[in-house]
Amino acid sequence: MASLKALKNRISSVKSTQKITKAMKMVAAAKLRRAQSAAEAARPYSTGMAAVMASLAGRVEPGPQSPKLLVGTGKDQVHLLIVCTSNRGLAGGFNANIVKAARRKAESLIAEGKTVYFYLVGRKARAALGRLFPRQIVHQYDTTEIRQVTFADAQAIAADIVERYATDGIDVVHLFYARFQSVMVQEPVGQQIIPIPPVETREGQGAGVPAAVEYEPDEEEILAELLPRNIAVQIFRALLENAASEEGSRMTAMDNATRNAGDMINRLTIEYNRTRQAAITKELIEIISGAEAL
Amino acid sequence: MADLHFELVTPERLVRSEEVYMVVVPGTEGDFGVLAGHAPVMSTIRNGELAVYRTQGAEPERIAIEGGFAEVNEKGLTVLAEKADAAA
Repeated sequence: MASLKALKNRISSVKSTQKITKAMKMVAAAKLRRAQSAAEAARPYSTGMAAVMASLAGRVEPGPQSPKLLVGTGKDQVHLLIVCTSNRGLAGGFNANIVKAARRKAESLIAEGKTVYFYLVGRKARAALGRLFPRQIVHQYDTTEIRQVTFADAQAIAADIVERYATDGIDVVHLFYARFQSVMVQEPVGQQIIPIPPVETREGQGAGVPAAVEYEPDEEEILAELLPRNIAVQIFRALLENAASEEGSRMTAMDNATRNAGDMINRLTIEYNRTRQAAITKELIEIISGAEAL
Repeated sequence: MADLHFELVTPERLVRSEEVYMVVVPGTEGDFGVLAGHAPVMSTIRNGELAVYRTQGAEPERIAIEGGFAEVNEKGLTVLAEKADAAA
């Protein structure tokens, strides 16, 4: 049995760990609130964008002169996976889940004989994916300096992606991030962003809208301008969702850690008390038997 | 005459959502004013200033915007801009 002194040390060390995890939980909760409101504030824009995209895409006939970002290159040989993760750990399974989703997709693509490249956003994916696919990481976008994601960041990433798409012979681009459902649930998702997956045209709705919209300049020019912007919006949304998911995941993880530390302290305290009592009893027995011997 | 429903949205937030009299939008092919009941139009915009007239003949409120597009449909005018700055 451990000595009294050793037990006391254990308890105080677990207590200080508990203080840290508790503080991290509080910080994550505060950050989560901010991230969530940022994600909500961005919603009207992306809904508006989606509506415009849908109305435009339905109107432009896909043809050989259509923008590549909309219709693709006609092949699906080379895939680029954009993997968005956080820069810090201690967020439970947050990063691992995203990486796992991306890896599964990559492996199934490779099994089909496709070429796969990775584009990493955030620091945490590098360790896991770098080990498995060391040659296939084309770029890592550094987000360590970014505190609050702005649209400019998303635009920078989008511009980079669009340029690589145009020059590096990439056919399909996927985006991986964690969709924020609740504080407890963050679901890793993979989504194709280039070419844009065909929008389901709802017949009933489409027929009611008058086709007399005037375009200034014409549809194709608007579309050409809109497409890169749409990608930026998608990435922006992914980054915001990711930020909220990260803090949510961290909060849950730290809450668990705090609770575990509490349980451990209880157990150690009981053991400490028992040991103390055993020591006292032993001393008493020694004194009594000493007195009897006289 | 019914008021025009005007929305100005940036990726970061919903800047304006209100009923106004008229908005002058800096389109890439020239400025155009939008009143209630305007025909559906979709236009890209250049960097410039939106002029929002709350009531007829009132001093316009100017909002600097950058990049994006404007859509007029039966519900009103929606401006999706990348940046918007209310130049007070």
